Amino acid sequence: MSDTVTSASPRIATAFERAHSESRGALMPYLMGGYPTLERSLEIGRAYAQVGADIIELGVPYSDPLADGAVIHEAATEALAAGASVSGVLELARALSPSVPVVLMCYANVVFAPGVEAFVERLAHTGAAGLIVPDLPLEEATQTLAACDAHGIALVPLIAPTTPPERLAAIGARARGFLYTVSVVGTTGERSALPERFTELVAKAKAATDVPVAIGFGISTPEDVRAAVRAGADGVIVGTRLVRAAGDSADSAAAVAEVLSELKSGLGTDR
Amino acid sequence: MSESAIEHRFGRYGGQYVPETLMAALAELEQAWVAARADVAYRSELDGLLKEFVGRPTPLYRARRLSQQLLRPVYLKREDLNHTGSHKLNNALGQALLAKRMGKRRVIAETGAGQHGVATATACALLDLQCVVYMGSEDTRRQRPNVQRMELLGATVKPVQAGACTLKEATSAAIRDWVENVGSTHYIIGSVVGPAPYPALVRDLQSVIGVEARQQILEREGRLPARVIACVGGGSNAMGIFNAFLGDEDVQLIGVEAGGEGTDTPRHGAPLTVGGRAGVLHGSLSAIMQDEEGQIIEAHSISAGLDYPGTGPQHAFLRDSGRARYVAVTDRQALDAFRAVTRLEGIIPALETAHALAWTLAQSDGELDLVCLSGRGDKDLAEVLALT
Ligand SMILES: Cc1ncc(COP(=O)(O)O)c(C=O)c1O
Repeated sequence: MSDTVTSASPRIATAFERAHSESRGALMPYLMGGYPTLERSLEIGRAYAQVGADIIELGVPYSDPLADGAVIHEAATEALAAGASVSGVLELARALSPSVPVVLMCYANVVFAPGVEAFVERLAHTGAAGLIVPDLPLEEATQTLAACDAHGIALVPLIAPTTPPERLAAIGARARGFLYTVSVVGTTGERSALPERFTELVAKAKAATDVPVAIGFGISTPEDVRAAVRAGADGVIVGTRLVRAAGDSADSAAAVAEVLSELKSGLGTDR
Repeated sequence: MSESAIEHRFGRYGGQYVPETLMAALAELEQAWVAARADVAYRSELDGLLKEFVGRPTPLYRARRLSQQLLRPVYLKREDLNHTGSHKLNNALGQALLAKRMGKRRVIAETGAGQHGVATATACALLDLQCVVYMGSEDTRRQRPNVQRMELLGATVKPVQAGACTLKEATSAAIRDWVENVGSTHYIIGSVVGPAPYPALVRDLQSVIGVEARQQILEREGRLPARVIACVGGGSNAMGIFNAFLGDEDVQLIGVEAGGEGTDTPRHGAPLTVGGRAGVLHGSLSAIMQDEEGQIIEAHSISAGLDYPGTGPQHAFLRDSGRARYVAVTDRQALDAFRAVTRLEGIIPALETAHALAWTLAQSDGELDLVCLSGRGDKDLAEVLALT
């Protein structure tokens, strides 16, 4: 790993190293900040940490989430209706960061609204480790990357199955923290039968970067998790399945803990 | 058309703020457009269809009684006389031909007023392409005749129930569909919005309006107009007519946005007029309506086609540079103009277009006005009759 990469995200690197030393993939659950309410989302985050999350991906609810499917879109809408705000979600980041590295997932306009520099500085003050902006491709990311590097925040880029080889190399070279490999051509959401392509996708991602490779989008069963780890992924991100569990139950924290424990069983030591 | 590369930015505005999944498709589209617009076969097929199928060139009409009343000549560029009743077909047909060239058999579109949806469904029927149109459920209600037209034309209309159930959500739903189906599908965006290359591509395809109008008015009057006036939702009919006049510095360019219940209320669709911090919506940086934390605010307009919290990036650039000026007209003023022009000229304009007419009617000064009559108002009758 290069100096920039590690210095931008020592906590993320450590989290992957620990998982690796235990011969398993890193468990990376997604949390929709403010859903169903701010307090309950904090409980869910704590439950994630207790079950053994290595990194938490904390979503900022957004009015127009173009990379998200129906479940996360609706959860965001509900969170906003319940009064969720960026400041509220940043407080979640502050509350969770001492126990687990937090990577904020946030759409570009929310980053731009106070100004990129001001946003990243605020984020850094919460103790968060990283930032993912799903609608900020490489070409648009220069300023945000510079601000993140200056504040010790890892700007985690995404690659997709449609990303051509030259782009992949360029994105991989600028990756910080980890490389977020989108497993499907599509938005977030549960879907059946996708693990066949994992091996090829992960291999391409690994060849393009020095940072760990995490796979996400559509992963919802222990079998999916197992397939991702077997394909060589250093980490597995689970979103929609957990957001759905949080919404389905009155005791969201207990419900997500149960689902996450099950998913964790797929991380295995049999790689 | 020139062969120079397609603009990604207009000053600081524009760009490609989209999920990575779409980046390759945007590059493919840009290449396809650069090749197509320089290709004689594509040009002649499009020009032939514009002439024989769409009915171009559209007339430039010196509005008789309007000119009399206003004591100055007012010319109307009759885009309402295009097949399907608006300027939207200029773009939809050009992009449907492009989809065919790219080997994409499935086409998706968003629509507000339904005019772009009808235009796309029409082009897809003609070219034998599969067509899916996303439309907010509030708009399927208030633009019912257009839903029926699309379905007759063989398109699948998918009502979108999210947010205010209008054009913003329809556009988001179309973009999500594209993210899912990008390999097989071309997204025909309906205005000069979205990620590059769309704002430039749609402007190029709509610029025929201004090219014709400029030549026609020179023939009729021997001079250029003092003002060119067009309504602005996303801004495609406005960019289409403005483009030919950009270099004519003495010609004022006026974009008329939806003032809704007033720009001093939150219920409007006038981000260019109101100003404020630029932001990202649907893939480009432009003038948008947003709150302090960057959440998009719902727009409001009586006119479904202007009921949108964003606008094309080139308009934001033209505003900042001072080359064009943007103003807003309220729901009420637009309704009054709708009725007035119908009675005066025997032309029922679209409610969108009525905004441009309302601003023109309200000017006591001026010498020679050219208004883009972007579409006809048959689709709006039920809505207008219920309200007045
Ligand atoms: C007749 C007519 N004019 C104008 C518009 C607004 O679109 P734009 O600003 O892209 O011209 C619409 C959109 O539905 C329309 O139907």
